[in-house]
Amino acid sequence: MAVDKDTVAHIAKLARIRVEPEQQETLTKELSNILRWVEQLGELDTEGVEPMTSVVEMTLKMRDDQVADGNRQADVLVNAPESKHGFYVVPKVVE
Amino acid sequence: MTKLNEITLAEARDLLNKGETSSVELTAEHVAAVESARPLNAFITETPEQAIAMAKDSDARRAKGEAGPLEGIPLAIKDLFCTQGVLTTAGSHILHGFKPPYESTVTANLWKAGAVMLGKANLDEFAMGSSNESSYHGPVENPWRRRGDNKPLVPGGSSGGSASAVAARAALAATGTDTGGSIRQPASFTGIVGMKPTYGRCSRWGIVAFASSLDQAGPMTRSVRDAAIMLGAMAGHDPKDSTSVDMPVPDYEKALTGDIRGLKVGIPKEYRVEGMPKEIEDLWQQGIDWLKDAGAEPVEISLPRTGYALPAYYIIAPAEASSNLARYDGVRYGLRAEGAPELQDMYERTRAEGFGVEVKRRVLIGTYVLSAGYYDAYYNKARKVRTLIAEDFKEAYKQVDVILAPTAPSAAFAIGELVDDPIAMYLNDVFTVPGSLAGVPGISVPAGLSGDGLPLGLQILGRAFDEETVLRVGDVLERAADFKHEPAFVAGR
Repeated sequence: MAVDKDTVAHIAKLARIRVEPEQQETLTKELSNILRWVEQLGELDTEGVEPMTSVVEMTLKMRDDQVADGNRQADVLVNAPESKHGFYVVPKVVE
Repeated sequence: MTKLNEITLAEARDLLNKGETSSVELTAEHVAAVESARPLNAFITETPEQAIAMAKDSDARRAKGEAGPLEGIPLAIKDLFCTQGVLTTAGSHILHGFKPPYESTVTANLWKAGAVMLGKANLDEFAMGSSNESSYHGPVENPWRRRGDNKPLVPGGSSGGSASAVAARAALAATGTDTGGSIRQPASFTGIVGMKPTYGRCSRWGIVAFASSLDQAGPMTRSVRDAAIMLGAMAGHDPKDSTSVDMPVPDYEKALTGDIRGLKVGIPKEYRVEGMPKEIEDLWQQGIDWLKDAGAEPVEISLPRTGYALPAYYIIAPAEASSNLARYDGVRYGLRAEGAPELQDMYERTRAEGFGVEVKRRVLIGTYVLSAGYYDAYYNKARKVRTLIAEDFKEAYKQVDVILAPTAPSAAFAIGELVDDPIAMYLNDVFTVPGSLAGVPGISVPAGLSGDGLPLGLQILGRAFDEETVLRVGDVLERAADFKHEPAFVAGR
């Protein structure tokens, strides 16, 4: 299915990626081409087929619910663009 | 004597074991080689001082009789593996300045085995690409050239820097990661060996995630033996990755017996795609003949859903990527766009500035196929197709032990040739993606040259967790092909 400019704007909003108006047309065309191409999957009958969840047949391991790591505030914050008093700093969220 | 950067990893190991060289000497030679290979742009970060310090430590361990299986061996690390205190970019601007406070499990395993880090190798942004042209740090050049033509070629991708560095003799070996062919296709384009192990064989912990149900780390080397040695050091269960399997890691080098008599080799008829260049078809036939001469039995098989692998992949991988890449929001690490008045705006500007064109394309596709109303039609449909593709392989492995196919549908192409045509670029992975979706192991071995003098690889795919047979057949293929050609550019010459 082809997507239109409004759909692209909506997806971009969901993905939190700013798309400038002049990029919208190219992007709409490219995404439409890719979506049309993947739609050939419709030719394949998948009635009653289980969607794959894990490619390797294995049982996930259980572990004890115990703290194994911690007290690493400095490590956690070391790459933050901005931090203060042990917190991440972000632009204003509420008025 | 051959220069120390031009021998294989196994030869270097043997020289070190015999005391005929030291890790410091070997590493210094490679540090110089990395420097001389700068025109290829294969490295994002060189770590020469760390390399020499690690080499000194390695020589000290050896002197105490504590040598590990990769003791003193200098390696390039794809810049998708987090390395403690060393810039890790994933080829993206959005990880600007990111120095992980932790080490990935695979690289930690390599250092524990005694290896030395030369630097961080260039790659497609977030490993999304088949030509290494989507890297924020610029394209990587393939050290090979077409005969009589000096036009720069791509090394393949996404592990293009790793491939280029190993092919140009700037590193004895390198780590790569393979999501849909990102180890095998660049190995084929640069005339080296690249192995994608079974999904779950190596821990994904500390590897920047692209598509978690597909990503798998593996070795890129100049011989099958080297791949066997290196995989043994990389693999193993890791409690920090619940998808890494808890089973013993065999001695892969011991699997290289040279004896493949009686093995059944599947030749999938669906891989004879329309428009396949004759030289690739001929090379494939040559590969069949080589394995037959070695006593294996070729069997024509069918993997009927092969044609649907690529479109399924280009739904599943972007869907997982859109989810994995949601973490890059300018808050906890990496880039933050300047001057945004409020939070939502900061997210949107940061991600617009930080992600490149191909990454944005895939995040948007992934967001779309996961969004309300389309989830069943696209994402669930693709996951059902994936189940069928995995069944194709399971059926095939009832009849045969391994599968032989070309690695890629062409030799390396020129930088810039396919950048404006995403689907043409995606088709590069037509022979590697099915095995990735099925999670099975595969190796690409250089098998011959194209008409214009570029390397071409053949791949062996095996049963899940049967890397040993894959390596054994790869070794026999390598001996038969006896690929001795060298790229136009060799570091230090």
